[in-house]
Amino acid sequence: MMRQLHSLVGLVAAVLVMLLALSGAILSLDPTLDRLDATVPAEGQISVATLAGRVAQHYPGAEQIQRTPSGTILVYYERNGQVGIDRVDPLTGQRIAPYAPSAFSRWVKNLHRSFLLDTPGRVVAGILALIMLVLVISGAVLLVKRVGGWRHVTGPLRGTPVQRWHAQVGRVVMFGLLLSALTGLYMSAATFEFITDGTQNEPEFPSNVAAGTAAPVTALPALQAVDLHDFRELVYPDPNDPAAVYSLSTAQGDGYVDQVHGALLSYLPHGGARRAYELIYRLHTGEGLWWLGLLLGLCALSVPLMSITGTLTWWQRRKSMPRIAANSGAQAADTIILVGSENNSTWGFAGALLDALTQAGLRVHVAAMNQLASEYRHAKRLFVLTSTYGDGDAPSSAQRFLTRLPKVKVNPDTGFAVLGFGDRQFPQFCKFAKDTDAALHAHGWRRAMELDTIDRQSVQAFSRWGNAVAKLIGQELTLVHTPVRPRTRAFELIERVDYGQEVQAPTSILRFRAVAREGVAGRLLRLLGGNGLPHFEVGDLVGIVPPDSVIPRFYSLASKSSDGFLEICVRKLPEGLCSVFLHGLKLGERIDAFIQLHPDFRPASGKAAVILIGSGTGIGPLAGFIRNNTGKHPMYLYWGGRDPASDFLYEPELSEYLADGRLTGLHAAFSRVKDGAYVQDKVLDDATQLRQLIESGAQVLVCGSRGMAKGIAQALDEILAPLNLDVHKLRTQGRYREDVF
Amino acid sequence: MKKLAASLSLAIALALPGLGQARPVTLTTQLQAYGGNAAFLAFYVTDANGVYKKTLWVAGKNAKYYKNLRDWARGSGLRASEFDGVSGASVGSGRALKVTVELADALIDAGYQIRVDSAVEDKPAYPADVRAPLTTKDAGKPVAGRGYVKSFTYTM
Repeated sequence: MMRQLHSLVGLVAAVLVMLLALSGAILSLDPTLDRLDATVPAEGQISVATLAGRVAQHYPGAEQIQRTPSGTILVYYERNGQVGIDRVDPLTGQRIAPYAPSAFSRWVKNLHRSFLLDTPGRVVAGILALIMLVLVISGAVLLVKRVGGWRHVTGPLRGTPVQRWHAQVGRVVMFGLLLSALTGLYMSAATFEFITDGTQNEPEFPSNVAAGTAAPVTALPALQAVDLHDFRELVYPDPNDPAAVYSLSTAQGDGYVDQVHGALLSYLPHGGARRAYELIYRLHTGEGLWWLGLLLGLCALSVPLMSITGTLTWWQRRKSMPRIAANSGAQAADTIILVGSENNSTWGFAGALLDALTQAGLRVHVAAMNQLASEYRHAKRLFVLTSTYGDGDAPSSAQRFLTRLPKVKVNPDTGFAVLGFGDRQFPQFCKFAKDTDAALHAHGWRRAMELDTIDRQSVQAFSRWGNAVAKLIGQELTLVHTPVRPRTRAFELIERVDYGQEVQAPTSILRFRAVAREGVAGRLLRLLGGNGLPHFEVGDLVGIVPPDSVIPRFYSLASKSSDGFLEICVRKLPEGLCSVFLHGLKLGERIDAFIQLHPDFRPASGKAAVILIGSGTGIGPLAGFIRNNTGKHPMYLYWGGRDPASDFLYEPELSEYLADGRLTGLHAAFSRVKDGAYVQDKVLDDATQLRQLIESGAQVLVCGSRGMAKGIAQALDEILAPLNLDVHKLRTQGRYREDVF
Repeated sequence: MKKLAASLSLAIALALPGLGQARPVTLTTQLQAYGGNAAFLAFYVTDANGVYKKTLWVAGKNAKYYKNLRDWARGSGLRASEFDGVSGASVGSGRALKVTVELADALIDAGYQIRVDSAVEDKPAYPADVRAPLTTKDAGKPVAGRGYVKSFTYTM
């Protein structure tokens, strides 16, 4: 809900908000420029009477003296039948230069508050201030939800680079934008008189004025009593009118001063509404608060970046959402399908179920598990289709499911059925599906069907499960799902380095380049110097579809697209269809593959040290992170292999990285040598150093086999115990990330 | 509206020649090309010391900004009865305003002045931008303004 609001409002208003923010940023310089031009004497140094006396020496015919919020003193006087306005030095009363406010600045101001369209434009600007407020508040709520509470708001961020930029910049500028939006909204409300600004109250013109000879301006007590800092405006009396008086405005109030005795007459102090308006006006414009003006201006400058990264984020999310044609509302539907998916393949099955149930005449609602509604009023059936991520964790579209579930109103009419998707080769097969099934049962939901599982996207198993569903709804149902072959691109092998034959672990580092596309688009791309690779970062996944198969196998990427090649590190498994295929490739031969973003596995932003831990082919992305560590942040690599003589993957590169500072420390362990050790042992050996690094904010990235990852987590728990810290805590802070297989 | 008011006053003046109390006066005002938003102008009659007598015309619709026409605002007390039916649109930079108003004969050749206060948003305001003696012989002679007004002429 909050996300839809944030996206929709942001998209609709993006261009106008950018215009408003950029013009505001330009205007934010004015208070500073004015302040640089002004001489501001210390408080208590000059009274208005003194100033008026100095001005009188140089401007005998002065009509008015003003002090701007920046401290500039302006004198109005008549010369050759025209009113002249000069900036004067408050210390001498001497002319500095004629007052010439910038026409450009005035134009920008008009653009900022009315888009040069007068009243209708002012209405739009007021609405935009409200929109800005909605965006800042909804954005802050989303950010807090994303990082898991206010305490973590300053912590590391996850997501695609675009999302991270959006959140990173957003959390810095949010208070500035909030202040600009709130004060802007208030000023708009005052312009349209929804709120009073208190300027309507003017002092009564004095009816009884002392008669006599006018005293010199320096001798008037009411003017002697006002310090220059509190001074706003002094209007001289009409020389032809003996009953005329000075008008005096100060920061605190307004009144009149008689020419004979210099008494303050009909003084009216500013009311609360006026003081509030003036404060808010200054907070918005930075007038007299040049440093605030600059800060707000900098925050405003971020708005175009926020608009663009926000739009891109929305587009990425939209693209990755599967298309559901006929979806009923959550409260109207009699059948609910919730989907937990990491790479969208489960959505394909959900789509097939939706089609079949809709054909059977049911009203079906499909959503991600994270989009669990607070109740399902008319639901008779709840199907949960979910995969499992990593070591038994929730996939990305289901991460919030288990914490949300207790808040959902249990409907006694609803019977649930969970279907898990996974790969039996892994020890935690369908673990998350089992957890979900147990959690639903524990919270009082009625189980309509026992938990079932689908191994490696088996179409037959899915169809069998469909028969059980048919029995449940008492209708014929044919559940057919043909996994769609993902849209792939061709890549050709350009380099391979082979390791590990001697230790029965043949492992290759394979480098591919994009096969040039045909046609105009391809030629244009080459002309522009593109390498033809789709966009990816180190740590993303490449899905490779072996010949005669539709099911992709995923490998972690050891390069990013701007490196100019696609690199993976693959160990040959005797039964592995895809790894055998890859190991058989000769230079120039091709593969079909696509990119799967995996933004959670990469170093978080910031300068904290990075501890990389891996074993075997897990070194691939870790070596990629080091290769791209051109900023030379401290990076430590712990890695385990079998024999330095045979499978020391990336050895030449790592020496180079150590030499040029991209890698700070390298700790390799080998198991098949005399006194062999595992990477866990290396980690435990360095307990003191690792504890210190993590205590001062280091993050940990683990890549490799499941067993190794488990061993490392245990070792680190042991190391961190004295700090009252463990891997689980690091994980919630976003400082511990795993890519296991 | 202002034309209607003006022709109505003209009609009344013509219909009641015997009374001879008022006559139509045309105020012509040419503004400088000062560059900026449209100007608010107040045309009013004062005595020789600048003491307010009567409002002739106010250019500018939004009464919220009238207080910037300082001398006129003070004199008229900004009472709506002072400017009811004698106000119109504000006048753009470099533009001219021509408006016919009703003026009591008693104010002519009796030591009074026509004054014009002017104000523009975000720019300085000019009280008594124009001071023109209100006499039969000065009618038709252009008077230069001190602020936004380039020249002001009244004819009767």
